[in-house]
Amino acid sequence: MANLATDFIGIRSPNPFWLASAPPTDKEYNVRRAYEAGWGGVVWKTLGAEGPPVVNVNGPRYGVVYGPDRRVIGLNNIELITDRPLEVNLREIKSVKRDYPDRALIISLMVPCDEDSWRDILHRIEDTGADGVELNFGCPHGMAERGMGSAVGQVPEYIEMVTRWVKTHSRMPCIVKLTPNITDVRKPAEAAMRGGADAVSLINTINSITSVNLDAFCPEPMIDGMGTHGGYCGPAVKPIALNMVAEIARNPATHGLPISGIGGVTTWRDAAEFMALGAGSVQVCTAAMTYGFKVVQEMISGLSDYMDRKGFTSVTDLVGRAVPKITDWQYLNLNYTTKAVIDQTECIKCGRCYAACEDTSHQAIAVEPDRTYVVKDEECVACNLCVDVCPVDCITMKELPLGEVDPRTGRPVAAYANWTTHPNNPARNAAE
Amino acid sequence: MTNSQLTPGAVPGRLSHDSYCTNFSDVAPPLDTHQAQVEADRCYFCHDAPCTEACPTSIDIPLFIRQIATGTPEAAAVTILSQNILGGMCARVCPTENLCEGACVRQTAEDKPVEIGALQRHATDRIMARQDHPFRRADATGKTIAVVGAGPAGLACAHRLAMRGHDVVLHEARAKPGGLNEFGIASYKAVDDFAAREVAWLMQIGGIRLIENWQLGRDGALADLAGDYDAVFLGMGLSGVNALGLAGEDKAGIEPATSFIAELRQARDLAELPIGRDVVVIGGGMTAVDAAVQARLLGALNVSIVYRRSRAEMPASAHEQEHALANGVRIIENAAPVAIHGNGAVREVEFAYTRRGAQGLELTDQTFRLPADQVFKAIGQTLGQTPAEIALEAGKIRTDAHGRTSVSGVWAGGDCALGGDDLTVTAVAQGRDAAEDIHNFLMGA
Repeated sequence: MANLATDFIGIRSPNPFWLASAPPTDKEYNVRRAYEAGWGGVVWKTLGAEGPPVVNVNGPRYGVVYGPDRRVIGLNNIELITDRPLEVNLREIKSVKRDYPDRALIISLMVPCDEDSWRDILHRIEDTGADGVELNFGCPHGMAERGMGSAVGQVPEYIEMVTRWVKTHSRMPCIVKLTPNITDVRKPAEAAMRGGADAVSLINTINSITSVNLDAFCPEPMIDGMGTHGGYCGPAVKPIALNMVAEIARNPATHGLPISGIGGVTTWRDAAEFMALGAGSVQVCTAAMTYGFKVVQEMISGLSDYMDRKGFTSVTDLVGRAVPKITDWQYLNLNYTTKAVIDQTECIKCGRCYAACEDTSHQAIAVEPDRTYVVKDEECVACNLCVDVCPVDCITMKELPLGEVDPRTGRPVAAYANWTTHPNNPARNAAE
Repeated sequence: MTNSQLTPGAVPGRLSHDSYCTNFSDVAPPLDTHQAQVEADRCYFCHDAPCTEACPTSIDIPLFIRQIATGTPEAAAVTILSQNILGGMCARVCPTENLCEGACVRQTAEDKPVEIGALQRHATDRIMARQDHPFRRADATGKTIAVVGAGPAGLACAHRLAMRGHDVVLHEARAKPGGLNEFGIASYKAVDDFAAREVAWLMQIGGIRLIENWQLGRDGALADLAGDYDAVFLGMGLSGVNALGLAGEDKAGIEPATSFIAELRQARDLAELPIGRDVVVIGGGMTAVDAAVQARLLGALNVSIVYRRSRAEMPASAHEQEHALANGVRIIENAAPVAIHGNGAVREVEFAYTRRGAQGLELTDQTFRLPADQVFKAIGQTLGQTPAEIALEAGKIRTDAHGRTSVSGVWAGGDCALGGDDLTVTAVAQGRDAAEDIHNFLMGA
């Protein structure tokens, strides 16, 4: 069994799986049970400033997008930060951390955008024993209307300013949680770095309306006949999150900045993908909210088995391993040529590859008698759609070796060449 | 009533009242909404789907399953019924393992096809519960067509003709429409009087007048129909039964399986039906299974199906055979009846084992006897009396690809016509297609 021990900006946890700041981490009862289930760390649900806590709606807080068999693919929420008194949260955090010293416990914070508020809250949490703070610059609903959450995260200058306050008034490791509701995630990450952040975490939830009630003509979740946008998360957002993590990981300005990956992590594989793109830890919410805390046990065993198979002795062997493989489109090898190949022994003859190719792509699959589907190499552009829609994974892409004639173009496969030197590119570089 | 399963002879009331209710309840209870959703999600929405290709009525199965999956089961039902107006009955009686489900790619992928029949029932049950009819008649054409036989072929033909704007006079020899759906299948496949309810629902299209107790030949000649109507469709099924060809076949206790099933289907009180302690069913088709299983469910102690060839060659599907075995029916293969023993009433049937010889199937010297209070013959049905002017082939009415007979203006379909597998679903397809051809013929398309 591989050693999953994680040291993320000095915060140690027995594994890289943390529960994200969210409903599951709102109280001692939950967090104790999460630790017992095996979670390596917890980011406590966001605390607000001292005083009367925020209130939540008393109707539905979640909207959902289902896949087949009512699988939860996406979830959104209109819940605010903790609605429990600050003192209660602080007392519970201290109690839990005392009993689970080996687990990571990070406190998420969101207070008004002035230095006094931040200094005060940092002062209040000082003696909880917590391992670090996460600045919630991400929540896109409710709190953003009050100038907090994503309202801060959308303005790099504010991120930098608040981060600097936090680093000035606290010695705790500081993670800045970023909102995806921006055009270029590199800018807020750079701002966090300038402000002195030890790490960034992303993504927080995406502005969303998950569904519309077609009888009430109202977005869900519906509160007394009205709806509002919520924050979207779950498996559906993973591709967006992976890209944003990758953008930060490969950006020269932020390269090496520790990242805690968040967004649709449901299985060990999801976690490993985030880690390969540079995440030193991952945070999970929807999977736990859908299936309960026990899901972490599959993540632990799966990641461990994978690392053993790969011969990785530490999670650091995995973190960032795929970052050098992310590039811009213009550098992709335009001479690389593959062809789809259908394994007839595994094919169940559903014809979905044919429908997809014939109706929407390149008419590169022929139907032979007895529903045998065969790729026409002279038409196949290797788009991969047939592979993607095949329900039994019986189609693979075969690489044509250098020099072999591509039946589609009639030209032999040539050596690496990209768009920057392509004759069709009006801005091409002059040949050396 | 003091009879039990052990009481000798053919006697009624072998079981408790509750046992009859349990035994003859729905053999495949309907899927609820959740079950239907889960099952519908399994469909891959295949291109040019093999299930549709395998369906004699060419129902667009992936489309109707997708309609169920998206919460519109009534739209799914319209997809089904526009191809097969008896889609409700077919959902219950089709040998789906040999048709749509047998062709399902998930059968190939994981030996577990999408439960197409159950989903079809889910959709059609929904629309039939709505108490209206989803199809409307076209403008009246002024044409009137005689349909002979109110079984699946005749009903499908009549409905399609009515939809096209024609008037239909439906002639049925029995006192009740439905044909084999009403008289010829096991009652646990179509509980709650489904066959009659389906006919009543179908007739809501309007324009169909039903004449009962009218038999071709006895109550009118084909020539008269041809003269009185713009076209004639013959769908009177098979009214004759093959004989065993043995001495003593007329002994009491020996009857066609179809008669037993019809009597059971029409019985008001199953406890009043006499059933033997020892029952022998001769044959290997669906009718044999339906008779044998129902004999067991009525309380017969020993029921044997005896078939002259191997189980693999039985016309009854593997699923049907399993159903018989699960209900305690013994299946004896490779044996043919050679003698009937008994004084007045049958007591025993003597069989000889068969083997495959140079001249086909031949009897061996090895024989055995089965005690029998009742013997049900299920070795095939034959065309009854047919008008002399109609050409036959292989004992059935000869038709072309459009269902046209040798007589101009006369079409035929269903079990009485050549071709098809003598299934409800093929009868529906032939009735429907003949109706379209009649329509084109009459309207000069």
